[in-house]
Amino acid sequence: MFNEEFETLPRPALEALQLKRLQTMLERIYANVPFYRQALDKAGIKPSQVKSLEDLQRLPFTYKQDMRDSYPYGLFAARMEDIVRIHASSGTTGKPTVVGYTRKDIETWSELMARSFAAAGVHRGDIIHNSYGYGLFTGGLGAHYGAERLGASVIPMSGGNTKKQIMIMKDFGSTVLTCTPSYSLFMSEAAVEENVDFRNLSLRVGIFGAEPWSDSMRKEIEGKLNLSAIDIYGLSEIMGPGVAIECQEAKQGLHIWEDHFIPEIINPDTGAVLPPGSLGELVITTITKEGIPLLRYRTRDITSITYAPCVCGRTHARIARMSGRSDDMLIIRGVNVFPSQIESILMGIEGVEPHYVLIVDRKENLDVLEVQVEVGENIFSDEVKHLQALSHGIEKEIKDMLGISCKVRLVEPKTIARSEGKAKRVIDNRSLGK
Amino acid sequence: MQVEQISIFIENKSGRLAEVTRILGENCINIRTLSLADTSDFGILRLIVNDREKACSVLKSNGFTVNRTEVVAVEVPDRPGGLSAILQALDRASINVEYMYAFVERCGENAVMIFRFDETAKAITTLQSNNFSILPGERLYTM
Repeated sequence: MFNEEFETLPRPALEALQLKRLQTMLERIYANVPFYRQALDKAGIKPSQVKSLEDLQRLPFTYKQDMRDSYPYGLFAARMEDIVRIHASSGTTGKPTVVGYTRKDIETWSELMARSFAAAGVHRGDIIHNSYGYGLFTGGLGAHYGAERLGASVIPMSGGNTKKQIMIMKDFGSTVLTCTPSYSLFMSEAAVEENVDFRNLSLRVGIFGAEPWSDSMRKEIEGKLNLSAIDIYGLSEIMGPGVAIECQEAKQGLHIWEDHFIPEIINPDTGAVLPPGSLGELVITTITKEGIPLLRYRTRDITSITYAPCVCGRTHARIARMSGRSDDMLIIRGVNVFPSQIESILMGIEGVEPHYVLIVDRKENLDVLEVQVEVGENIFSDEVKHLQALSHGIEKEIKDMLGISCKVRLVEPKTIARSEGKAKRVIDNRSLGK
Repeated sequence: MQVEQISIFIENKSGRLAEVTRILGENCINIRTLSLADTSDFGILRLIVNDREKACSVLKSNGFTVNRTEVVAVEVPDRPGGLSAILQALDRASINVEYMYAFVERCGENAVMIFRFDETAKAITTLQSNNFSILPGERLYTM
């Protein structure tokens, strides 16, 4: 274990620490973030009135929309001169969700990511091939800092250029791979063309996240890559990768680092907290973050939680593999995509009507997105080149705005089902083989 | 001097073309000639019909996306080099042909070609000044 003292803290001591940190966090956001001062005043609760962890249930939620409304820095609880890093993730329309880290936040994140690597069986001396994207996305740098903190050798590959990835992995003797689960399978198949057999590489552990996957996919990955595949969870709003991870001993649920985060499972419709074991939406309160602490953040990820002791000895609760979303967000090749983002891109193109449907498939282990757009009279032309320019233009716009490649297919009017009330905008044909 | 063509958007799947012709047939609309431009995803069916108002309205009411475009019908001498002479005259005037297709009926000794130009008015002037015969729409619809 990377930090045995805190990772195995007996639950009463862990909960006492959580409460103390929660109280400090509440004082901080009440004093520094007008949004939270108003929200707590509206709820009629002063930070000093929070006397137990149960009191958390009386406090208001934070939604992604709140982060959008306070774009870019409105929810920051630290002065800008104390912010040393800024990341962002895609928002529900155009504007991204922005997060800031103080020096201490970066240290905490590095430690939690180092703990996560250690839980997965990674140690000093390992060569970590980090294929998470570096940039605004938290994946690349989050894993990178954790690897360095652990004392392993990290190769900052970032995504893309699969041929080069395979060559480096083989020549550099990488022992650990970090990327999305689907990309790991894609690489193993691309390796065949390069006459490289992944089973003969030095890889021992794979840490996969940023998209939902299943146990059957784990078996497939472990068979094709000859490594131990570990599920990791994180989201930029809360921190980035390393919020929760499976331990190599059990691979039964992801330990969430409770000395820094308080998880709750709620009914997404009523907001009521559900007992352990129930399936519901994961809500997380960050209790040590300085840059942008979040109170009861609605992750929209559906899971369950258990506080049962784990064979690894860690006392931190475990959340189950994510089994879905309580909103319409899609994760396509690790990129979060909201149908509303694509809708606003289409609406920005003259003459295009709001009749579209998104079809997601997984082909050769890569997610593929097709956007079907109805051809109305306003955009129809008797010339093929005009229609092709239109579909290519939409593809380029989506690539520029969301960073994902897609195929735009023009369809006849009324071919997209009109439903009563909310239109069915998404057909997700990906089978995770649960 | 122009001819009105009807264009219909058709998805590349079986039965769509049959559906268009069924609708036109049931409404007593006669197709004078047609051409189909196809891509891997969709096609554009271009028609010259005897009653274009009715054709448009019945297709639209059946949910098809339809538009109308001005094209030009030109008599082409039915001999080697007949078409070439027309295209050369257009080329000298820097007029681009977007697409073209043949009309089914002959006009006397001549074949008839339907042209879609990027600059229709200029094309007509050029053809006329080179003494090529342009057939008006009214004649074509009922030929």
